[in-house]
Amino acid sequence: MITTAGILLGIAFFVATLSGNVISDAMSKREVVVTTIDVQTEGVSAQQIWLIVMSLIVVVVGIANSMLMAVTERFREIGTMKCLGALNRFVVELFLLESGFQGLSGALMGSLIGFISIMLLSLKDYGLDLFRGFPEYILHVLMYMGIACLLGMILAVLGAAGPAYRAAQLPPADAMRVEI
Amino acid sequence: MAEEITVKTDGVVKEYRMGGTILQALKGVDLEIGRGEYISIMGPSGSGKTTLFNMIGALDRPTGGIVYIDDVNLLELSHSEIAWLRCWKIGYIFQTFNLIPVMTALENVTLPMIFAGISTNERKEKGMQLLEKVGLGDRADHKPNELSGGQQQRVAIARSLANSPSIILADEPTGNLDLRTGRDIINLLKEMNEMEQVTVISATHDLKMLDVSDRVVYIRDGMVEQIKAREELEIEIGTVEGEEE
Repeated sequence: MITTAGILLGIAFFVATLSGNVISDAMSKREVVVTTIDVQTEGVSAQQIWLIVMSLIVVVVGIANSMLMAVTERFREIGTMKCLGALNRFVVELFLLESGFQGLSGALMGSLIGFISIMLLSLKDYGLDLFRGFPEYILHVLMYMGIACLLGMILAVLGAAGPAYRAAQLPPADAMRVEI
Repeated sequence: MAEEITVKTDGVVKEYRMGGTILQALKGVDLEIGRGEYISIMGPSGSGKTTLFNMIGALDRPTGGIVYIDDVNLLELSHSEIAWLRCWKIGYIFQTFNLIPVMTALENVTLPMIFAGISTNERKEKGMQLLEKVGLGDRADHKPNELSGGQQQRVAIARSLANSPSIILADEPTGNLDLRTGRDIINLLKEMNEMEQVTVISATHDLKMLDVSDRVVYIRDGMVEQIKAREELEIEIGTVEGEEE
């Protein structure tokens, strides 16, 4: 549950940053400039790049860490399953499958939440014009959401693969001795 | 009754590396256990009971010596053959129950049957039978955290019997239970031992276990100190109890 929440937050941040960019770009091109906003004429400013890189780091570190923890605290379970006659392959497959689903569902929810929150934020800045500009940025935003989902899933699987593989290789006695 | 040997250990040594020093947990254990026997392995904590248990159960590899189960040398088996052995030949019971928390009692009991490749219907049917056998037929849909310690251990016993193993290995099965529940569990194990002719090997320091054991193996400092048959034991219990404070 916390694992999924971690993925969700990371992806939400990632999508929000990227979509925020696209939206502000699209809106500034429409030249419906609201006075309070400092309009960026160039596509991506240094500050934006920095934000995107930051959000990527948050995503990578956050997801890898939470998957690592999630699998590690289940070493005993893996040991038990091996006692009951599970093959190493079965254990690894089970965890990859599980983390894949977890990553995907977290990322899906995260990208939705990220999108909704950036829309709300932009609504404050651009007012209702935001919806008139909808067609200009929505494709981009959807693409980013797709990328984010894929990224979340891949990262979750990668994060889980290491410890799951290691746990499956351990003799069950060692796997069960691991204390968290 | 113990003519056919099912478990045999030959000079089993296990060393653990602790930082720079090497710790010998087992210093050459020779043991023969016959089919259908009820064996208790007794000894103070740190004497190597659990280590020996792990060796017999193919849960860990010995540093030296050989473990045979039904005349098969465990060292010669591949990973998948060992998994097969754990699945079909041996049932495990642990002090900490080790049930899978997200699964119901029935799912926990049927888990080893999934590894054995048994069909869903058959699994359910056998799982229910086993749960009824341990007196938990009405709790099949409960998760482990909705069950008491004694009930969880009974689920674990049902699980250990899932693929009708010939050996049940129990590592301090009563260690986390109160006196009366512990006695129930011991009686249940004895019942299985008598009814199904399963070999029960139990690491324990629960003195109640002695009553039902055919033989008791005393371990001290990684070596077999003595082996006593039950007949010799009846007189001994008092003194043993005195020894343990």
